[in-house]
Amino acid sequence: MESLSNRKKVLDQKPMNFWERLYLPAIFQGMAITFKHMFKKKETIFYPEVEREFSENWRGLHSLKRDEQGRERCTACGLCALSCPAEAITMIAAERQKGEENLYREEKYAAVYEINMLRCIFCGLCEEACPKEAIYLDGPIVKSDYLRKDFIYGKDKLVEEPLKS
Amino acid sequence: MSEKVKVTIDGITVEVEPGTSILNAARQIGGDIVPPAMCYYSKLEGSGGKCRTCLVKVSKGSEKDPRPMPKLVASCRTGVMDGMEVENITSPEVIEARKGVVEMLLINHPLDCPICDQAGECHLQDLSYEHGVEKTRYEFERRTFDKIDIGDKIQLHMTRCILCYRCVYVADQITNNRVHGVLGRGDASEISTYIEKAIDNDFSGNVIDVCPVGALTDRTFRFKNRVWFTKPVDAHRDCPTCKGEVTLWYKGEEVLRVTGRKDQFGEVADFICNTCRFETKKTSDWVIEGPRHIAKTSVISSNHYEMAKPLDVIKHNPILIEANKEEFERATKI
Repeated sequence: MESLSNRKKVLDQKPMNFWERLYLPAIFQGMAITFKHMFKKKETIFYPEVEREFSENWRGLHSLKRDEQGRERCTACGLCALSCPAEAITMIAAERQKGEENLYREEKYAAVYEINMLRCIFCGLCEEACPKEAIYLDGPIVKSDYLRKDFIYGKDKLVEEPLKS
Repeated sequence: MSEKVKVTIDGITVEVEPGTSILNAARQIGGDIVPPAMCYYSKLEGSGGKCRTCLVKVSKGSEKDPRPMPKLVASCRTGVMDGMEVENITSPEVIEARKGVVEMLLINHPLDCPICDQAGECHLQDLSYEHGVEKTRYEFERRTFDKIDIGDKIQLHMTRCILCYRCVYVADQITNNRVHGVLGRGDASEISTYIEKAIDNDFSGNVIDVCPVGALTDRTFRFKNRVWFTKPVDAHRDCPTCKGEVTLWYKGEEVLRVTGRKDQFGEVADFICNTCRFETKKTSDWVIEGPRHIAKTSVISSNHYEMAKPLDVIKHNPILIEANKEEFERATKI
């Protein structure tokens, strides 16, 4: 039957000659390529000892920010939880008491703020929704662990270190 | 009985009783052409005419006198005439004026929606979302007030108030004695209870429901949860003082707050008493009617199911439940 494209090539398989049947030249040729790569620059790195530089718009572990005076910015408005497509964020709000003005920026704050890192898809919508610039996904890769409960990150892991004075 | 009059609003003709206001005529048509109202409240006599958000253009006065009205008129206070033609959203002049009004209302508003308990069901939020400008041109300090507790159940945030006077009318008409009013004039005016005298009338809690912004809020609900995370459920009870038909706002098994049933214009169907609102917050106190219908445009409709018991997300699987239990035990042991 005539081929439709007229580009068909008919290959004829010749029987192998002596050197080809010996396979040794082919083996040496292959080994040469393998050994040549041993002396080339490595493309891999030893994670976690070495870390690659992240791109500017990398989205990693969340961090809850503090303002210039070291007060927590988050006011538990719930917009991050609302925008979260994976429903990974939960929070409980509390009212700021007298004398806590240096701890919390607004009169309401998040007493409990939890992100389930197994649910989180690192889409960054919480960052976008936040009206107080309190949450940013600027951390490293979330560490692996053995238990599900250890992936629920509370305020102890999320809130930024207090300012050093 | 006098004859009905014809009025055309944005090209839609409707026949209404004479003496109806343009706003109410528009509400009979419904849809997008209803002017927004911050101060008018159909259940409160004499309300309206204060906020100017319901401004409309009357392009033809009536059949007898077809001249247009010289200025934009407040539709909640202007009665219809036979053959009147009104332009609301079809008139760029009205849209422009409304934008100005919203800017004016927001001059002294603190815009603390992330903290405010009213966020999510706030009329000012809706209004500024639709008509507001992104930036303020106001360069001065916003007026500030301290929070005032009116009784132990209601809290007044005067900074958020837009002076719609609805709460004053509630105090005048629903409650027997007047303990609530506006002091001062103009920029300095302030809702007050006459030297912070506690309201102890049975129906005083309704000022929370009528408040279009977060100025009067429920102290028992303060910072408990965001409105859009709670689930509204209609319920009733046999109440000796009021009709007892309310909306319960659930979070899980817990009733976080009780409000009146608000219709599409944000007005309660019946005023409820303080016992229903503040004292009875257990499911056993109520007869549940079913989840409340929430407009799709509202943020409260997110994750809101209009079935008493929503369908299971995953199939019921006893083996999986058993396995999960084991896994959970193992996890908690360590």
